Amino acid sequence: MHSEGPSGADENVSLEGLGFTSEEVSGSPPGARRLRAGGQGNPPHGRPGPRPRNLRSKLSVSDQAFRSILRGGGIVVLVLEILVGSFLAYRAAQALRKAGWSFLTTQQWNPDGGGFGIAAIMIGTILIALVAVAIAVPLSLGAALYISEYAPRGIKRFLTSMVDLMAAVPSVVFGMWGAFLLQYKIVPLEEWISNWFSWIPIFQVQGEQRNTAIPLQTLFTSSTFIAGVVVSLMITPIACSIMREAFSQAPIGEREGAYALGATRWGMIRSVVLPFGRGAMIGGTMLGLGRALGETIAVVSIISPVFAIQPHILQKGTSSISSTIALLYAEATPFGVSALMAAGLGLFALTLVVNFLAAQIVARSRSGAVSDA
Amino acid sequence: MPDRPGQPTVTVTEATPRQATGPQATPPRTTVPVRSAQRRRPPQPRPLSILRAGDVLSLFGAAAAALAGTSLLWFEISPFTGALGYVVVAWFLFVFFYAVLVSFDENRPTMWDRVSAVIVQSLGVVLLGSLAYVVGYTFWRGRTALDHLNFYTKDLRSTLPNDPLTSGGVLHALVGTLIEVGIAMAVAVPFGILAAVFMNEVPGRFARFVRTVVEAMTALPDVLAGLFIYATFILIFTHRPSGFAAALALAVTALPIVCRAADVVLRLVPGGLTEASYALGSGQWRTVRFVMLPTVRSGLATAVILGAARAIGETAPVLLTSGENPFLNYNPFNGPMESLPLLAFEQTRAPEASEIARGFGTAVLLLVLVLVLFAIARAIGGRGPGQLSARQQRRRVAASRRDYIRFERRAVAAGSSNPRGDELTLGYSGGDIK
Repeated sequence: MHSEGPSGADENVSLEGLGFTSEEVSGSPPGARRLRAGGQGNPPHGRPGPRPRNLRSKLSVSDQAFRSILRGGGIVVLVLEILVGSFLAYRAAQALRKAGWSFLTTQQWNPDGGGFGIAAIMIGTILIALVAVAIAVPLSLGAALYISEYAPRGIKRFLTSMVDLMAAVPSVVFGMWGAFLLQYKIVPLEEWISNWFSWIPIFQVQGEQRNTAIPLQTLFTSSTFIAGVVVSLMITPIACSIMREAFSQAPIGEREGAYALGATRWGMIRSVVLPFGRGAMIGGTMLGLGRALGETIAVVSIISPVFAIQPHILQKGTSSISSTIALLYAEATPFGVSALMAAGLGLFALTLVVNFLAAQIVARSRSGAVSDA
Repeated sequence: MPDRPGQPTVTVTEATPRQATGPQATPPRTTVPVRSAQRRRPPQPRPLSILRAGDVLSLFGAAAAALAGTSLLWFEISPFTGALGYVVVAWFLFVFFYAVLVSFDENRPTMWDRVSAVIVQSLGVVLLGSLAYVVGYTFWRGRTALDHLNFYTKDLRSTLPNDPLTSGGVLHALVGTLIEVGIAMAVAVPFGILAAVFMNEVPGRFARFVRTVVEAMTALPDVLAGLFIYATFILIFTHRPSGFAAALALAVTALPIVCRAADVVLRLVPGGLTEASYALGSGQWRTVRFVMLPTVRSGLATAVILGAARAIGETAPVLLTSGENPFLNYNPFNGPMESLPLLAFEQTRAPEASEIARGFGTAVLLLVLVLVLFAIARAIGGRGPGQLSARQQRRRVAASRRDYIRFERRAVAAGSSNPRGDELTLGYSGGDIK
């Protein structure tokens, strides 16, 4: 339309010559003298310059109703969750006020007479979870690497579903398996470990009489180690699926770069895949740890409860917070229930910290930036 | 033209632009080289593993040496018992011998590659093998109970602890589980999805706070959810266990899980889709209802089903809240209600062999239920947001064709020269811009 003009001023003149007023022209061509868009300066007619349009939209009635329903849903969920937490804290406070700081140091659990505290059951919980994590980390790392790097292409999806399915197997099934089968299969291994490694304090077994077959069986069953092995099978799929997700996202360019520089497959994994998935490895392990700390039924099925610190993981008898709650709630007086809640609150605080750290680590890692684990 | 050697494949014969002459002019003699179907396939990684006879032989050699060495250790030098320990020691010896054998022929990086491959693959096999072991053992121990028809059709009201498997069944537990999980999901799913949509659609400080609290509550140990309902609903209001209390406990466990899963799924909706919806003039409600939720339908369904599968297997909350009841009970508000995980737990803690067998049978039923839910979730899920199955694709195409025909008819009826321009007010519901 006005492409031939050598300069903005000429163009303006030529257009005015064609019957346009300067006011109408000045808005459109790029070289015009007065630009309307900014709205600064005083226009000659004394009219106020145009302002930037207000882009805020007014919600329609249906959208306003929709938003308030959404907000209502959010508030209901929030209130429910806060109610659970604050009620637990409120009831736990009753017990905590009576027990004071001795709650953290007392080993026995006798809320209605004598003292009660979480020293023994908290250490039992942590020991079971640590045994579980110690077994689950190599297992889940190996399985995740196998699925993402070694498995034949055709069965990868099948293997992934199998691991997810394993995460969905109910804990009572694992508990039954541990109590009826693993318990008796694993005692010889425990015996062997305690024979050869009893110089490491946690592998000691007290009251052991060698060369007597029958007492040995009862010494080693229902131990922290067996509970930890069963719980490890429950947390491995969780850790494994997070690690696999991260490993499979390791950039193909870096992988091929490593191969091009002459790396073997393991060299490529060590230099590309593992560094890429480091955050997911730590985060997945900690998510598994959080789950292991709270595990109830599988632990109840296996251990025989003892309310004293039991540092010897191969020896019969231990206890955890969640199993204590499950075993003692029925006979508890109202004060006993609030004592159990105090113990539960301690467990919740622990799992909360562990899960929060895990989420932070996963989110900050390089693989977590693209995935949503 | 392209088959003549020496000639360039793209030949422009005339200098005048072809566009000006219109479609009825002679076609241009420009030849675009046709890509063969093979080149369009995504590049496949080359197979990097080469199997040689020496590698296989060293594997077998190491295995034989490991077996021999472990047997020597196990039966002669230091006598132990137990198959598990034998396998563990044999595996360590196998890795050691294999490393030694490979290092005879290869350099060090190759040796590490081989050894780590063996370790990684055997760890994968151990994990999958243990899954098969757990599931297989449960089926094996439960098989004696599953034979009897009365196992599925009767409850335990007239069964004494030492009665054989021919009397009594677990129908009451199956019914109880379905009722409890049904109520729990009826509470958790709508509120969970509503809160997830809230977190995504009304962003702000409050939504962030809700998200933080929900994420924190996913860390709540399940036994605490049971203890909470026990201390509030049962000890304060009803004073006795009931199926509804168990359902509430399951809902408390499932709500943060469903909410978080739905939140993650909703965040995957491509921004372009919602922006296109807003650009066509639809409001927030219509965008969520007709664009966002249909896009993530398969993902949401998968999240809900996996949540249900987890809720079915939860034992601890049910243990504290539902009570034991050998009678078939359809009313969740009246009296205790048995459920599958609880029954399996109780029966396997009992001393009688028939009760233990019944407990394993119950566990098999539970596993089958979880497996079915899992298979359904796999069948409908596993696709990304917006990816349609063949059937959905056909349905979408048919709907689009119907719309087109409708527009055409309207345009003809209105006699408009602009067939569709003024008809595109579909779905406009607000958001007028001042």
